[in-house]
Amino acid sequence: MRRVIGRMSHEIVERNRGADRVILMGLQRRGVPIAQRIAAAIGAFEKIDVPVGTLDINLYRDDLTSRPQPRVHPTDLPVSVEGLVVVLVDDVFYTGRTTRAALNALMDLGRPRQVQLAVMVDRGHRELPIRADYVGKNVPTALNEEVQVRVTEFDEIEEVVLIEHEGEVLP
Amino acid sequence: MTIGTISPVSANTATTRRRHVLDLDDFNKAEIETLLDSAEAMRKVLGRDIKKVPMLRGKVVLTMFLEASTRTRVSFEQAGKMLSADVINISGSGSSAEKGESLLNTALTLQAMHADLIIIRSPQSGAPYFLARNLDSVSVVNAGDGMHAHPSQALLDLMTMRRNIGDLAGKKIVIIGDVLHSRVARSDIYGLAAMGASVVLSGPPTMIPLELLRGTSEHFPACVSVQPNLDKAIENADVVMALRIQKERGTGGLLPSIREYSRRWQVTDARLARAKPGALVMHPGPMNEGIEISSSIAHGPGAQIEEQVTNGVAIRMALLYQMLTSGAPDESVGVEL
Repeated sequence: MRRVIGRMSHEIVERNRGADRVILMGLQRRGVPIAQRIAAAIGAFEKIDVPVGTLDINLYRDDLTSRPQPRVHPTDLPVSVEGLVVVLVDDVFYTGRTTRAALNALMDLGRPRQVQLAVMVDRGHRELPIRADYVGKNVPTALNEEVQVRVTEFDEIEEVVLIEHEGEVLP
Repeated sequence: MTIGTISPVSANTATTRRRHVLDLDDFNKAEIETLLDSAEAMRKVLGRDIKKVPMLRGKVVLTMFLEASTRTRVSFEQAGKMLSADVINISGSGSSAEKGESLLNTALTLQAMHADLIIIRSPQSGAPYFLARNLDSVSVVNAGDGMHAHPSQALLDLMTMRRNIGDLAGKKIVIIGDVLHSRVARSDIYGLAAMGASVVLSGPPTMIPLELLRGTSEHFPACVSVQPNLDKAIENADVVMALRIQKERGTGGLLPSIREYSRRWQVTDARLARAKPGALVMHPGPMNEGIEISSSIAHGPGAQIEEQVTNGVAIRMALLYQMLTSGAPDESVGVEL
């Protein structure tokens, strides 16, 4: 995981010719520690403090009538996104609906110059025309499988696991 | 990065969804904390330029206030609108209630219009319970019923306290004034009991429930005690909450005079000095400055009265979110008084 984050950090800096106009927005909850790690990695080799915000998309979901109620976590923005490149950071990229909600949530916060998407794991099965700019690892999956990215902050362990379920997995 | 296959684990989801919120007497600490956490996230929405999220798009929320109110009605309305629900306000005067239509028939009419949730304030204790029992598709929120309960006010009080002094377990909360007629005090007591705080009530003995004075209470939690002498009650308090002297519910016979009340039970600088340094001062509003609270305290450094109003909007957003999203509600949650 450490090496993957290192590579994604370099890709972000390369694509944006530096990181001085970049803000990382971690999607609650597991996107947040990943965003913090990317920021730390960029900080280490670019000698720059990249701001990290958090974005909760639960108030923008389109599927709240068909799933258990998620907890709402705070959205925190350390600086205005006006004129910046916002890199959305998420753990698992699946249907694209989370990203759609994140884009709507982000637009309510301001008008960034550009929005990019970084994901730890791309498991396929997109339902919307959305793609990622930075991918940690492509993991082809079946619909009854679930991908979990676990981070020490929430799970006391650092790993990516593939879980097999009886039926189809909710996004 | 390792990829392995293991057995399923449970999802990170909140507690069961309630169809009705009528009082806090059946809430536990975990459920209250979930609501307070979600209200913290909602408070962030309040601070934005664009104070609106699409959460409750297409939901219809009715406020039915059969008694005067500014902050509760407006904050429920604002909460609904900020979550993109359509909010319709009904008042006693100007509605069919004036023509003599019964509360139930009015509510059935509103249900037939496919309202999703009715927020009701009524001078009759128990009215929201009656509606909850008789409506089969609408959710009911009690926004204050007579002298009985006011759960959203209690939740915003708990939120205000937790934001300032952290975990409420073991904290001393003093509630001063007309506890007997106060729905706010009653709901606060249940909420504070669930959070593990201790509550001291102070006020004229005529305004304290008799069973508490006799020390034989079956209806109040064990964490409640009475100390009519405010100078003693306030000692070492973490939170000092003054209640309004409610002229509309009658003080006749209960108080020799307003002047005597303010001399003995007004929250003043001298009295507050006996509480813990930095103690919070709260009041559910509207205040009678100079009667239950002195002006210098009401606008002093420890005063949380405007914070309470802001938190009130956030907690009502959290309540609407909790009640109107996700699957089928849990019907087993009590609707009996």
